[in-house]
Amino acid sequence: MLYREAGQFKTTYAEDMAIFPIRQDRIALAILLGIAFIGVPLLATFRIWPFGSDYLLWAILLPFLILALAAIGTNILVGYCGQISLGSGAFMAIGAYSAYKLATGVHIPLASLGFAIAIPPLPVLASILLGGFMSAGVGILFGIPSLRIKGLYLAVATLAAQFFFDWAFLRLPWFTNYAPSGSVNAPELDFFGVVVRTPVERYLLCLLFVTVLAVLAKNLVRGNLGRQWMAIRDMDIAAELIGIRPLYAKLTAFAVSSFIIGVAGALWGFVYLGSWEPLAFSIERSLDLLFMVIIGGLGSIMGSFIGAAFILIVPILLNVLPTELGLPLSTQTITHLQFIIFGSLICYLLIKEPHGFARLISIGKEKLRLWPFPY
Amino acid sequence: MANIARNVLILAAALSGAAFSAPAVAQNEQFIPILSYRTGPYAVNGAPYANGVVDYYNLINERDGGINGVKILFEECETAYATDKGVECYERLKSKGPTGAAFINPLSTGITFALTEKTATDKIPIITMGYGRADSKNGAVFAYNFPLLGTYWSAADIAIQHVAKELGGFDKLKGRKISLLYHDSPYGKEPIPMLQVLAQKYGFEFTPIPVTHPGVEQKSQWLAIRQQRPDYVLVWGWGVMNSTAIKEAAAVAYPREKMIGVWWSGAEPDVTPAGDQATGYKSLMLQHGAGKFPVHADVEKYIYAKGKGSTEPAKIGEVLYNRGMTNAMLGVEAIRKAQEKFGKKPLTGEQVRWGLENLILTAARIKELGFEGMLKPVSISCSDHEGARYGRVQQWDGKGWKVISDWYTADESLIEPLVADVSAKYAAEKKIKPRDCAKET
Repeated sequence: MLYREAGQFKTTYAEDMAIFPIRQDRIALAILLGIAFIGVPLLATFRIWPFGSDYLLWAILLPFLILALAAIGTNILVGYCGQISLGSGAFMAIGAYSAYKLATGVHIPLASLGFAIAIPPLPVLASILLGGFMSAGVGILFGIPSLRIKGLYLAVATLAAQFFFDWAFLRLPWFTNYAPSGSVNAPELDFFGVVVRTPVERYLLCLLFVTVLAVLAKNLVRGNLGRQWMAIRDMDIAAELIGIRPLYAKLTAFAVSSFIIGVAGALWGFVYLGSWEPLAFSIERSLDLLFMVIIGGLGSIMGSFIGAAFILIVPILLNVLPTELGLPLSTQTITHLQFIIFGSLICYLLIKEPHGFARLISIGKEKLRLWPFPY
Repeated sequence: MANIARNVLILAAALSGAAFSAPAVAQNEQFIPILSYRTGPYAVNGAPYANGVVDYYNLINERDGGINGVKILFEECETAYATDKGVECYERLKSKGPTGAAFINPLSTGITFALTEKTATDKIPIITMGYGRADSKNGAVFAYNFPLLGTYWSAADIAIQHVAKELGGFDKLKGRKISLLYHDSPYGKEPIPMLQVLAQKYGFEFTPIPVTHPGVEQKSQWLAIRQQRPDYVLVWGWGVMNSTAIKEAAAVAYPREKMIGVWWSGAEPDVTPAGDQATGYKSLMLQHGAGKFPVHADVEKYIYAKGKGSTEPAKIGEVLYNRGMTNAMLGVEAIRKAQEKFGKKPLTGEQVRWGLENLILTAARIKELGFEGMLKPVSISCSDHEGARYGRVQQWDGKGWKVISDWYTADESLIEPLVADVSAKYAAEKKIKPRDCAKET
């Protein structure tokens, strides 16, 4: 009864093509954004439950937002364009390290040519965005094989990207500004005079990035480009026959996806970790992102958020719960239990709903529309 | 449907219960978080260490009724040696207890790097005993980092001193080949700059050989060692990487006597899996070795006799168990020192930091604590957050560790310039204004 479009008349094409055509969706989104942008910072500033300590902001919301952003990027490539990628961690790393290099100044001595390329340290915002573009460039490069190979074989090609960049950032000291330990420190987060330091400020910064990029992505996937991607995903030969160029469609998917993942990587390094080593972007990160997308729902922006929340928060919850309930279990039992329960949950979910949370939500919406008179 | 709804309700009830039922906290308690790892590829080394820490805190509570009457409240959090989990654990535990965390021991150099900036902001000291960032010895820049008892640069210097002694003098190092087999992480990379300095000074050829986490695959590395035939191989490994290195050395017939592990590569779990192949393997000692000392008698009497021990009684006195105890003891003594100034009540991290920075353990005090023979005097100050730079070398004879050397003292004239250089860079990068140690009280 609450969720019904009856009576919402669309009188213009613009209204008909709106990003959220149903009024209830718009209201829900507005409430959600209101909570995220105003509610959470307010509660955190006045330290009202559950924001009594920084824990929720630092350890839950901040990584959730950044990983959700990375999951959106992965979803564009895997979910919308159907190109399986195991290299998301590498693209995050490229974003992070490029942003780091740009923010600390690039110096490439070309001794044989007799001059050096020197770029002075750039502002943080420019570094993060350029980090994204750098990642997009590399994404296009590693996307080229996708024109010839598909499915699992492509997954292996992107896996090569993952291992190559793991190796590069570990072994080539130039990327880490010759830090003896190979661990790099993010520069001060100075956004045109506003220095981001406290957890609330960091949260708002990430939220801003995520909101803007998520809306852009949502808009992109329902437009011309998104439809091309989905056509390629559903059947590439048929897509070609109706006039879609696979080269253009696949490479744009790689570029957009890598850009978003790269920005997420830069945020992960600069805003969340502050100091990181290549292990922060290992193959496990890539797999996590892939699982987020699969569990959240392939081809759904909303699903990326839910998938990120599930993969990130449920294990932490399972880990914290026994201690909070005062159960006398050792940390090792708790950790093993966490693996068992989390693994079973994933199995259960994928058996019950192979299309992930996004599908569950759309089923829920359908049921709500008919409620209370289902048929 | 009704079923699902009921389940959801139960779950929600459980969750809200968890959120609201904060455990009743007695006010006279000092909270100390324990970041440990009892699972994953490093669990064999993480678990005995954590047991030592837990048993020592329990001992203080059971035997002395706390630190001057202030009970120790502690909670473990499993990091699995992963940096992101370590950061999550730190955030989870840092503000628990009446005054928040007294200090934190991450037992991971990677987590130390990730927490260095956060702990300075939160004003919680980070004790990295025998690990962590070597440049954080400079307390003027790293006000909250305490790499107590020895950094990796001290370890590298001590290892080379021992090699020189075996060869018959520093002049014999010239033209020799020394390789470093290291865990490819900030942990393993830390000693490299120091070893490069030493290689330059003494004229030996230094080759770093990285091993990828977690270190079970070392075939190609040992092939390279077989080809290069270095005079010595220094092992900077952790967890399963150590025993694998020994097994691989045996496979290519590299003499175990020519392998010297850092003090994190010299415990029982590192050699026992390799069986007889480990005989002859050497490692540095972070002062103490294996064995039982007066404090162990107390642990057995007050903890294990009451059935409150965290491990099997046979494992008391293992190398890493002892290290966990030593680490816990230094933290407790820092709190005690801080109580002298701030009163016998739960203290904040900032106050404990003062205690750490002014902590002086004389030989008499160490004897009183029951650590005589495990530890040499420690004296921590603003400019020296390391406190002591001693080490010995031990050798595995197939059944136990035998101490085979005298005490070495790391050469400060070599380490100090490197510390000053690297920490100054960090200060510039992070816009930290170094404190004037002459004005600290």
